[in-house]
Amino acid sequence: MKNTDTRREFLKTALKSMVVSSMTIGSIFTFLSPEEARAAVKNVRWGFLVDTNKCVGCGLCVKACKLENDVPYSDPITRTWVERYVVLNNGRLLIDSPNGGRDGYTSEVTTTRLVQESNLSAVATKFTTSTAITNKITPDEIANAFFVPKLCNQCDKPPCVQVCPVGATYQMENGIVLVDRSWCIGCGYCIQACPYGARFFNPVLHTAEKCTFCYHRLVKKMQPACVEACPFGARKIGNLMDPSDPVRKIILSEKVGVLKPAYGTKPQAFYIGLGKNVR
Amino acid sequence: MGSHVFRPLWVAIAVIILIFVVRYFMVPSDFGIQERGFTYGFHRKSDESEWAGIKAKYKGRDYCKSCHAEKYRSIMNSKHRIIQCENCHGPALNHPVNPPKLVIDRKRALCLRCHTYLPYPGSQRSRIEGIDPAKHNPGISCVECHNPHKPDLELAK
Ligand code: HEC
Ligand code: HEC
Ligand code: HEC
Ligand code: HEC
Repeated sequence: MKNTDTRREFLKTALKSMVVSSMTIGSIFTFLSPEEARAAVKNVRWGFLVDTNKCVGCGLCVKACKLENDVPYSDPITRTWVERYVVLNNGRLLIDSPNGGRDGYTSEVTTTRLVQESNLSAVATKFTTSTAITNKITPDEIANAFFVPKLCNQCDKPPCVQVCPVGATYQMENGIVLVDRSWCIGCGYCIQACPYGARFFNPVLHTAEKCTFCYHRLVKKMQPACVEACPFGARKIGNLMDPSDPVRKIILSEKVGVLKPAYGTKPQAFYIGLGKNVR
Repeated sequence: MGSHVFRPLWVAIAVIILIFVVRYFMVPSDFGIQERGFTYGFHRKSDESEWAGIKAKYKGRDYCKSCHAEKYRSIMNSKHRIIQCENCHGPALNHPVNPPKLVIDRKRALCLRCHTYLPYPGSQRSRIEGIDPAKHNPGISCVECHNPHKPDLELAK
């Protein structure tokens, strides 16, 4: 008896509210002209491509970066650095980066202040930061050895930006993370937050400092200083939004890796030939 | 209600107003949420153009070409054609106005970056002609015998 009434009522109100809500939603969506639509799509996203197979450890990228960006040359700080990985036949792994590789690798002896030594069979990792370890290795002990250039990954989800308490570090639409030097208070949270160790404290300006992909050069249609300096083509930069970009093509079609993907930072520096020991 | 309630309230209101006044004068007007949203894009917009305005120090070898044509031609026809001039001579800055001359680095260390032999089988490094710096004419500058802009071995003295 009353049942049909309520059903009719229900269907009526349902229809009415559908009409009303579709009208309001329709007025929320605005139709973009093709130009507006194209402008709304991000059309520049800088990404980096490192080919570890090509790197010879000359360190000219580190030298160029420090001089281009006024990073104090003699201090052990740098925006980009080159690590040496020596894998021994017995499974030991020696990693070093004296002065960030600024002066190249001119000795087969791995000796530096920061050596990470891990015995893969014993699954024990030891960090030594203060004492210098000197490892003289004979050539027949070496299973493999290679160089890994590193720099800021300009992550899509940059943890360094999230932790800044004053809004001094930020990401631009093109993906590059910058530090506002006049606004940074030098608290160092961002330096702690970066899982890649890409940030450091600038002792002259007393602000946080990091790689900018040489943004000041990119806007002048120049390559970053490290990319231009590398004689071997181990470092490349490209616009990941541009379908004709050679770097984008390689990233889409070849086997590339990123550093520490488990952190969920979505790094945008891609590596060709990334060894499984690299971290 | 008595003044023991209102007096601290006035103080609190005064403090809040003070904060807004200070904020008005301290925080630049272009400070706010930009393209990447609140989490990643909260910043002073004009800082982007401040970074973009920094002058580039490295100019690339096409810049050297017009004035040092002979050096350019020589190196481009040699095995060192892959090396930028500024890798060895330092950034151009405003050369030749300031500095009028670029650095000439005759140290062995410059060449040893690439030419020290390292026994790394998998690495491209072992494919560059390498020497043992302790045995290959120690103490003498490499450029005494090798021309850095034309490193042919036939010309090595
Ligand atoms: C506008 C012309 C011009 C350009 C461009 C130029 N140079 Fe020079 N360069 C000069 C002049 C002039 C001198 C001074 C020569 C002298 O005093 O003997 C000089 C001197 C030098 C010297 C020192 C020579 C010496 O005998 O001490 C070096 C090294 C050098 N230039 C390298 C470069 C490199 C590398 C570039 C490119 C990044 C470059 N120059 C671009 C004009 C130029
Ligand atoms: C591999 C390192 C290296 C590269 C690359 C290099 N130079 Fe040199 N250059 C040197 C060295 C070392 C000397 C000093 C040579 C000597 O004392 O005989 C020198 C000397 C010079 C001089 C002055 C001395 C002279 O012989 O007149 C000029 C000018 C110069 N270079 C220009 C250039 C230019 C231009 C380029 C790029 C096209 C370039 N160099 C690339 C290492 C380099
Ligand atoms: C950026 C790395 C790099 C630097 C720095 C460098 N070279 Fe070279 N050099 C090379 C490469 C690469 C080759 C070519 C190897 C090949 O193709 O087999 C080469 C070749 C040579 C050769 C052999 C040429 C031949 O005909 O076989 C000599 C000699 C030489 N370099 C001397 C020098 C001297 C002297 C310096 C310092 C002024 C120097 N190099 C600095 C990378 C470098
Ligand atoms: C006293 C002169 C002299 C000095 C100094 C000198 N060289 Fe040589 N170098 C030669 C001669 C001669 C040859 C060619 C004969 C040979 O193969 O040994 C040669 C060969 C080379 C080769 C080719 C090696 C090969 O196996 O084919 C390289 C690379 C080289 N030198 C680099 C350097 C570097 C780097 C320095 C400085 C650290 C240097 N030389 C200093 C005279 C010299």
